[in-house]
Amino acid sequence: MDAVAYLQLVFWAMFVNNFVLAQFLGICPFLGVSRKVDSALGMAAAVIFVMVLASVITFLLYGAVLVPLSLQYLQTILFILVIAALVQFVEMAIRKFSPSLFQALGIYLPLITTNCAVLGASLLAIKKEFDFMEALVFSLGSALGFGMVLVLFAAIRERLALLRDTPRAFRGMPIALLTAGILSLAFLGFSGIVKV
Amino acid sequence: MDVQGILVAGGTLGAVGAVAASVLAAASRAFRVDEDPRIGQVTEALPGANCGGCGYPGCSGYAAAVVAGKAAPDLCAPGGAGAVRRIGAILGIAIEEKVRMVAVVRCGGGHQACPTRFHYAGVRNCKAVTLLTEGGSKGCPDACEGLGDCVEACLFDAIHMGPDGLPIVDRERCTACGQCVKACPKGVMVLEPCTARVTVACHTRLAAREVRKVCSAGCISCRQCVKVCPYEALAMKGNLPVFDHSRCVSCGLCIDACKPGTMAARVTPDPAVREQALARQAERKAEEAARKAAASPAPAGDAS
Repeated sequence: MDAVAYLQLVFWAMFVNNFVLAQFLGICPFLGVSRKVDSALGMAAAVIFVMVLASVITFLLYGAVLVPLSLQYLQTILFILVIAALVQFVEMAIRKFSPSLFQALGIYLPLITTNCAVLGASLLAIKKEFDFMEALVFSLGSALGFGMVLVLFAAIRERLALLRDTPRAFRGMPIALLTAGILSLAFLGFSGIVKV
Repeated sequence: MDVQGILVAGGTLGAVGAVAASVLAAASRAFRVDEDPRIGQVTEALPGANCGGCGYPGCSGYAAAVVAGKAAPDLCAPGGAGAVRRIGAILGIAIEEKVRMVAVVRCGGGHQACPTRFHYAGVRNCKAVTLLTEGGSKGCPDACEGLGDCVEACLFDAIHMGPDGLPIVDRERCTACGQCVKACPKGVMVLEPCTARVTVACHTRLAAREVRKVCSAGCISCRQCVKVCPYEALAMKGNLPVFDHSRCVSCGLCIDACKPGTMAARVTPDPAVREQALARQAERKAEEAARKAAASPAPAGDAS
């Protein structure tokens, strides 16, 4: 694959096939950590970091352990195990070596241990039969797409929270879900631009 | 039945799990961060409101800063004197107790006293109207908008909107965390010591002439309060009188002297204190007269 193909893959993962708005993965952090742009940025950074790391590790594990033993059907449970352990490990390592990074990412890291978007990136890379570089680029693009949408959504919600004319029945979560739906419709405009 | 398949699958999963577990166990040893146990203790001594009034992210952040010596131990307003004492006990240091503060509304311009300049139909909060209309909808640029940003900001349900569009602070519930001070775009909310029973309920920047045009409750810089105070607790600073809280005994004479009613009693003054103040006022007047008569400097009497 050349550089253009990788760029296409990133575009596809970010916009066309966005994890949150097209595949509906990672909805819980999308709704949970999107009240403030600051915390959305922290969460986005943590997801980018963990998603890339997790898909690299799981990709290697899949090729090195599961395929030779023809245990591909164990991928889901094994990936959950590995990702959970990996996030714990990363959290400890960051805490030791970079307290400032831990301050920034700290509270968000445990939240992603069982994030379906992270698992989804690992599983989709296998399902799409990507090679190593493609899996890496795909996970990076997906994570960037997730982070972008999270920050966009948080910015919208911050402005929504300023309004007091929202009908009582729509306040809080209902208006957030409607907003997410409209955002998803908007992203539908990207569909078919790139095929992977 | 494919027993071997089951064993291989189980074994692989188990092996990966065991490897992950041992790596984590090793990592938790290797990467252990020694945290000062006092941080946990101080966190427990704090009320856990996570109001951010101290300026640190949450109670645990403040606890870490206190233990590290970066923050003063008496910054926690909701915890009050109790928390300060407990922190002092944990850290083994003596701490002076601070006078409890309360939030005070420094504006008397409700809908009656200070009418709006126009009908505002935008987003119903003070920040929005102030941003959108340059100075807000009230006649006075420093007047309370009365849309309740402070009510919303209060974490302790201590502020309620009064009938005239001015917030009323529940002094018992207020913990002086300062959230309302931050939330108010007009700077109407301030923290004052709770011993201060009288407040200047105006903080306008307008000159007296302008104030008369826009607000019937605003300070017109007439200096009557400064003149009447027998304890010299008031002084003019710019257009407005300012209290020296260490001198004010809350006698309430300035409230009576104030024509627009800018001086506001937060708590009804004690009649005994009032009697004393009146006596002192009479004494001072007599002294003044005597001084004028004798035209020689008479020594000022001690405060009693």
